Amino acid sequence: MQVEEQAMKLTAESEAELKETARKLRIEVIKMLARAGSGHPGGSLGMADVFTCLYWGGFVKHDPKNPGWVERDRVVLSNGHICPILYAVLAERGYFPHEWLDDLRQLGAHLQGHPAMQKTPGVELSTGSLGHGVCGGLGMALAERQSKRDTHVWALLGDGEIEEGLPWEAFMAASHYKADNFTVIIDRNDAQIDGTTEDVMSLEPLDKKMEAFGFHTLVIDGHDYAQIIGAMSEAKATKGKPTAIIAKTIMGKGVSYMEKDGYKWHGNTPNKELAEKALKELGA
Amino acid sequence: MRATRDAFGVALLELGRENPNVVALTADLGGSVKTGAFAKEFPDRFFQMGVAEANMVDVAAGMSTAGKIPFATTFAMFGTGRAWESVRNTIGYPALNVKIACTHSGLGVGEDGASHQSLEDIALMRVIPNVTVCVAADYASAYGLTKAVAAHKGPVYLRLGRPKVVDVYKDGEKFEIGKAKIIREGNDVAIIACGPQVGFAVEAADELKKAGINATVADFHTIKPLDEETLVALAKKCGAVITAEDHNVLGGLGGAVAETLARTHPTPIRFIGTQDTFGESGDPDALWRKYGVHVADIVKAAKEAIAAKA
Repeated sequence: MQVEEQAMKLTAESEAELKETARKLRIEVIKMLARAGSGHPGGSLGMADVFTCLYWGGFVKHDPKNPGWVERDRVVLSNGHICPILYAVLAERGYFPHEWLDDLRQLGAHLQGHPAMQKTPGVELSTGSLGHGVCGGLGMALAERQSKRDTHVWALLGDGEIEEGLPWEAFMAASHYKADNFTVIIDRNDAQIDGTTEDVMSLEPLDKKMEAFGFHTLVIDGHDYAQIIGAMSEAKATKGKPTAIIAKTIMGKGVSYMEKDGYKWHGNTPNKELAEKALKELGA
Repeated sequence: MRATRDAFGVALLELGRENPNVVALTADLGGSVKTGAFAKEFPDRFFQMGVAEANMVDVAAGMSTAGKIPFATTFAMFGTGRAWESVRNTIGYPALNVKIACTHSGLGVGEDGASHQSLEDIALMRVIPNVTVCVAADYASAYGLTKAVAAHKGPVYLRLGRPKVVDVYKDGEKFEIGKAKIIREGNDVAIIACGPQVGFAVEAADELKKAGINATVADFHTIKPLDEETLVALAKKCGAVITAEDHNVLGGLGGAVAETLARTHPTPIRFIGTQDTFGESGDPDALWRKYGVHVADIVKAAKEAIAAKA
């Protein structure tokens, strides 16, 4: 079934539905990472609300039964390490059976430690090494526009990731080509492996930088559904320039001990006891 | 004498006319890499990406997922060196249909000097799984290989050069990826060459003939997948092998030949290539002589290899 793309009108009821979806996705993230014993829970949980709005809020025109459908919108996860949330989304949307989540990161698994388009339906680009996905996403946007297809490309990237030079090359080019079918969503959780972004390598003033690179720039609370959906709608409506949504998120959102310890949960998985605690908090 | 890069420009333009999915990208070197005619005729399918090669290669990857056949063009140094990880992770790993077409390879760059003379690019590209590596020997082969590369589904690195080189083939010669071309037949020694050294090998074979030595000259225009069948047959027939390339002796054609023969049919080999050193500024022909990859070097090596036969 092709999912028609129409931004959701947020009501108390639809917001509650989205939140329920995000809760389920977070539970899947914890379960799969606890089973895998390695991976990146912090960013996966932090971006659960953005992913929910993308895939359930009407911003991704797609067909899970026909992942190669040419008229589809694209979601490229440039910070590939938070793929557990993408995998949870793709399973829930029907790209593959939920059982695949059980084998994340295991030998022979469909779901690799970082996204692999050649192994996982619904993954638009193989990513993981930081900085590449956003460039690939721009290539899709330019090609789609040249093909005169009315599609949108959403490139998601981490804030630490843009310490790489590559994204800025892509930002420059996206602006040069006035790629208004291209939106980057930067997960601004202020955290990376070795500490806070401002300690490791300052990014601020990030909004000014994106504006200076020619992006229509929006700074939002990445857990506020009205703001997320509003920003995505605005991104789609913006003409003549690409849009950057800087989504302020909390690493580990939804699990109290992860929210408290920030970057320490970038790449550490909870043990059995902590996983149970997390699942309890999420109402599993 | 004609330049391989010029043939590439002609073939690319024709490809543009033949297939609306062919697109070209360049990184501020369109004039040098000869994408100008394509850009003029197909402005909406030409993408100037600025001096940002790694982004260009990733963008090409994204375009290929949308059904395009992108030719990402720049100098060999930047397309394979600067952008190596983009080629590896974004194109090689998922086996995307992207063509990395690079001019200005090897010492043939000439006066720009060592910073621009890629003597490692064949090695860098052939170690990436799924990536096919082709090297043009002359104008006709550059034209034929460009066409073959476009028709091939999957990632390809196409190595082209800057200077005019001697014409080995007649125009219209057809090239099949993975199938070496035997240019001269002889039983005493097999000269396995690629790039400008194919023309040199033909000259060397003429020299050797005068000394009563019959050399086979083979153009191994595809370094990967290497034409093992032809290679082993030549090694068996001649019992001595020379490899010749405008590239470091480490990891390029010589490395590929040695790896294959060591496993299949151990044979005395002599390696003509740069001897693990950087180049310098100079005229290409003078550089090829100074760094030991010219006709006289092939002749000398052939005699040594024959002497080393058991």
